Amino acid sequence: MSDLLTWTGAAGPVLNPLLLALVALLLLAWVLQFMLSLFASGDTAVVLADGTLAARRGPADLLGMAARWLLLGVLAVVLAYLVLGLVLPGKPAKGIIGAMSAQFWPVWLALIVTFAVSLRFKRKLGLYGKLFDSPVGMVGFGIVLFWIFTAIFADIIITHDPLAQLSGLKNKVPGTPVPGEDNSYYLLGGDSLARDVFSRMVMGARRVLAIAPAATAFAFMVGITLGLPAGYFGGRLDTFLSFIANLVLAFPVILLFYLLVTPEIRVTGIPIILAAALFIFPVIFFCVLWNSRYFTDPKKRNIYVGLTLVIGLWAYSGLAFNADPLGVWSMDPNLLNVFVSVVFVNAPTVFRIVRGIVLDLKARDYVAAGQTRGEGPWYIMLWEILPNARGPLIVDFCLRIGYTTILLGTLGFFGLGVSPESPDWGSTIDDGRRLLSVFPHPAIVPALALMSLVLGLNLLADGLREESLKD
Amino acid sequence: MLKFVLRRSLVMLLTALCLTFIVFFMTNLAPNLEKLAKSEASARMSDDEVASWLEKNGFGQPLLVRYGEWLGVLPGWTVTENGETRGRCIASPASAADAPAFCGVLQGDWGTSTVFKDSVGSILSRSLGATAWLMLWVMIVMVPTSLLLGVLSGMREGSKLDRVLSTVAIASTATPEYVSGVILVVIFASATAGLSPLLFEWGLISSKTLFLGTATSAMDGITFWNFALPVLTIALYGIGYIARMTRASMTEVMVQQYIRTARLKGVSFRQVVIRHALRNALIAPFTVIMLQFPWLLNGVVIVETLFNYKGFGWTLVQAAGNNDIELLLGCSVVAVFVVLVTQLMSDIGYVFLNPRIRLA
Repeated sequence: MSDLLTWTGAAGPVLNPLLLALVALLLLAWVLQFMLSLFASGDTAVVLADGTLAARRGPADLLGMAARWLLLGVLAVVLAYLVLGLVLPGKPAKGIIGAMSAQFWPVWLALIVTFAVSLRFKRKLGLYGKLFDSPVGMVGFGIVLFWIFTAIFADIIITHDPLAQLSGLKNKVPGTPVPGEDNSYYLLGGDSLARDVFSRMVMGARRVLAIAPAATAFAFMVGITLGLPAGYFGGRLDTFLSFIANLVLAFPVILLFYLLVTPEIRVTGIPIILAAALFIFPVIFFCVLWNSRYFTDPKKRNIYVGLTLVIGLWAYSGLAFNADPLGVWSMDPNLLNVFVSVVFVNAPTVFRIVRGIVLDLKARDYVAAGQTRGEGPWYIMLWEILPNARGPLIVDFCLRIGYTTILLGTLGFFGLGVSPESPDWGSTIDDGRRLLSVFPHPAIVPALALMSLVLGLNLLADGLREESLKD
Repeated sequence: MLKFVLRRSLVMLLTALCLTFIVFFMTNLAPNLEKLAKSEASARMSDDEVASWLEKNGFGQPLLVRYGEWLGVLPGWTVTENGETRGRCIASPASAADAPAFCGVLQGDWGTSTVFKDSVGSILSRSLGATAWLMLWVMIVMVPTSLLLGVLSGMREGSKLDRVLSTVAIASTATPEYVSGVILVVIFASATAGLSPLLFEWGLISSKTLFLGTATSAMDGITFWNFALPVLTIALYGIGYIARMTRASMTEVMVQQYIRTARLKGVSFRQVVIRHALRNALIAPFTVIMLQFPWLLNGVVIVETLFNYKGFGWTLVQAAGNNDIELLLGCSVVAVFVVLVTQLMSDIGYVFLNPRIRLA
C-alpha cells in the first residue's frame, strides 16, 4: 500500500514557493498598474533640442515590463510542472499534475506538431493562418485543440475504465492509490460510485465533442436553408418563418427541454417527426447548392446531385428513422432525442442571424450585377451572398458550439442527458453536486473542463472576429 | 406609436396562444395522461381501466376542447354518474348546482397541483414571490456592475484596461450557472475545500463554512450569508454579456464627431464620458438587459435547483419531474408571459429612448 500522491510531487518543494512568490508579485504589479492607469497622466513625451519628441520611460512603463516578465515567469513554472511530469520517473515523483501531464502525452505531441506546422505556413492558410496573428485567438485555438485531441486520444489517456467501480475508492481524494494494484492511482479521486474522476472527465470530452459540433452544424444547415430565402424574398414567407422562429425563441429553453427530452415522449414519436423535419435540411441545402451552380451542365449536375441524394438519404434514413438497410448510420433513441432538441433550440437563432445578414447584403452591387446577368435567385443566395456572409457565420459557429456545450451540460445537470451512466460533463456535475460541500472534486473537475472548453471557443471566436474584420 | 404597440400586442397575444397550446399539447400527451391516471387512481391499472378513468375525468374529449376548457372559453366538462354530478368546475357534489360553467385560466382558476395538493394559483404566487427577491438582488448586483465594466472598457478601446475587462467578460459568459455555482460553493461554502477551512483554522469565522451552501433558509429570512452565492451565480453569467454589449455600444459612441468636438472644446475626458457619451451608449444595453430576462429565467431554474431555494424555478423542476400537468402548465404560462412582456417592453423602450427611430 503506497501513500497518497501529492499535487506536485518531487518538484513541489522547489517550484511551489517560487510559483507562489511570482504570482503574488504579479498580482501586486497588476493592482499597481490599475491604480496608476486611473491617476497617472499619459504625458511622458520630452521635447529634445532638435525639435523631435522622445518618450520617457515613466513608472507605468516600468511596471508594465515587470508585469510582463512576471507573467512569463509564472508561465515558465507552470510549463516546468508539466515537463517535469513527463521526464521524472515514477508517479510519486511526478505528483498528480505531473502524472496527468504524462497521461496527456499524445495530446501535447499533437498540439506541438499542429502549432509548428501552422505557424510555419501561416501565410498560405487564409483565415486559419491569420488566426495565428492574434494572441487571443491562438490561446483559444490551443484550448479547443487540446480538448479535440483529448477526445481523439481518450483511449490512450484514461487510466481506468470510466464506468468501472473499484471497491474502497468511493469519494476518495485525488491521488489515492488503487488497492491491490502497483503504481496505479485515482489521479483526481473517485466519485460517489467509486469511479475514476480523471478517466470520466477525459471520456466526457469525447461525448461532448461528438455531439456539440454536429448539433451546431445541423442547426446551421436549417438556419441557412430557411434564412436565405426569408431574407432574400421577404414578404409572406419571411413573415411566416419569422413568426415560427420567434415562437420557438419565446420558449424558455429549460421548459422546452423538459417537454421534449423525457423518456415518455419517445413513445409518441415526436422526436422522430422532429428529426425527420430537421435532418432533411442538409440534403435539401446541398442539392440546391449543386443544382443552382451546375444546372447548365446537366452531366456534372446529375453526378453531384445524385451523389448528395444517395449519401444524404442513406444517412437520413439511418439517423432519423433508424432504418438504414446497411446498418452504418444509426443513433441511440435517447441520443436522438437530445440531439434533436438541441438543434431545434439553436436553429431559430441561426435563422435570424442569416436573415439579418441577407437583408444587409442583398442591396449590394454584386447582387444587382448577378440579377442583371439573369442568374437565378438560388444561385445569388448560395453562391454570391452566402460566401460573403461567411465571416460572421464562422464566428457565430464557434460561439454556438460553446453555447451548445452549455446546453448539453444543462440537460445533463437536470438528469435529462444521454444516459445516467454517461461520463458527459453535465451529468457528472449533476452526480457530484449532491455531496458538493463535503467531496468537491467529483463535480469541480468536469465543471472546470466544461468551462475551459467554452472559454476556449469564445476566445477563438473573438480572435476570428478580430482577424476577419481586418480584411 | 399607438398602432405599433397595438400591433405588437396582437402578435404577442397570438404567440401566447400558440405557445400555451403547444405546452398544453406536450403535457397532455398520451403517456403523460397514462402516468397521471396511474398515480392518481392506482398504479396497477390495466389499459382499459386507464382509458375509462381518463374518460370519466374529462380527458376523453378532443384536445382542442380541453384546451378551451383550461383556457376558460369553453364550459367545463360534467359527468353525471349514479345521480352525482362531477365536473371540472365542481369542487364537491353538493355544490354541483351552483358551480360556474366556465373555469379556466381566464377566470383565475389554474387547477390543482397533484404533487403539492394545493391550488396552482397559490403555489405560483408563493414561489414567484420568492423568485422576485432573488431577481431583485440579481438586478441590483448585475446591472450596475456590468454597465460599469462595459463603460470602463469601452471608453478607451484597445487599452490595457479594455483588454483585461474584455477577457473577464468573455470568461464570465463562458461559465454557465451550474459551473460557476459549483465553483463558488467549493470556494466559499465547502467545509473541506476552498477558503472556509482556512478561515476556520485562523478563527475568523465561527461556523464551519463562510457562506451557506444552500439557500433554503433564505425562504424565511434573507441574509447576506445565505443569499450571496445564488445571487452571484446568476449575476455572473449575465454580467459578461451585458458588459460586452455596453462596451460595443460605448466604443461606437466614442468615435462620433460630437465626442471629438467636446474633447477639442476642452471638456475633460471624464466629463465627456459621463455627460456626452454615456447617455447615448446606454440605449443598446437597455434592450439587452430586457432581453436577458428569459435567460435569467434559465439561470433561476438552475440556481434554485442547485441551492435548493423553493422559488419558481424549483417549482417548475418539481412539476416537470413529477408529471404535475396543471402546475407545469401554470409555470409555462408565467414563463411565456415574462418572456413576451419583456420583449414588448424592450421594443417600446428602444423606440422611446432612441429618437432616431420613428414608427409610423
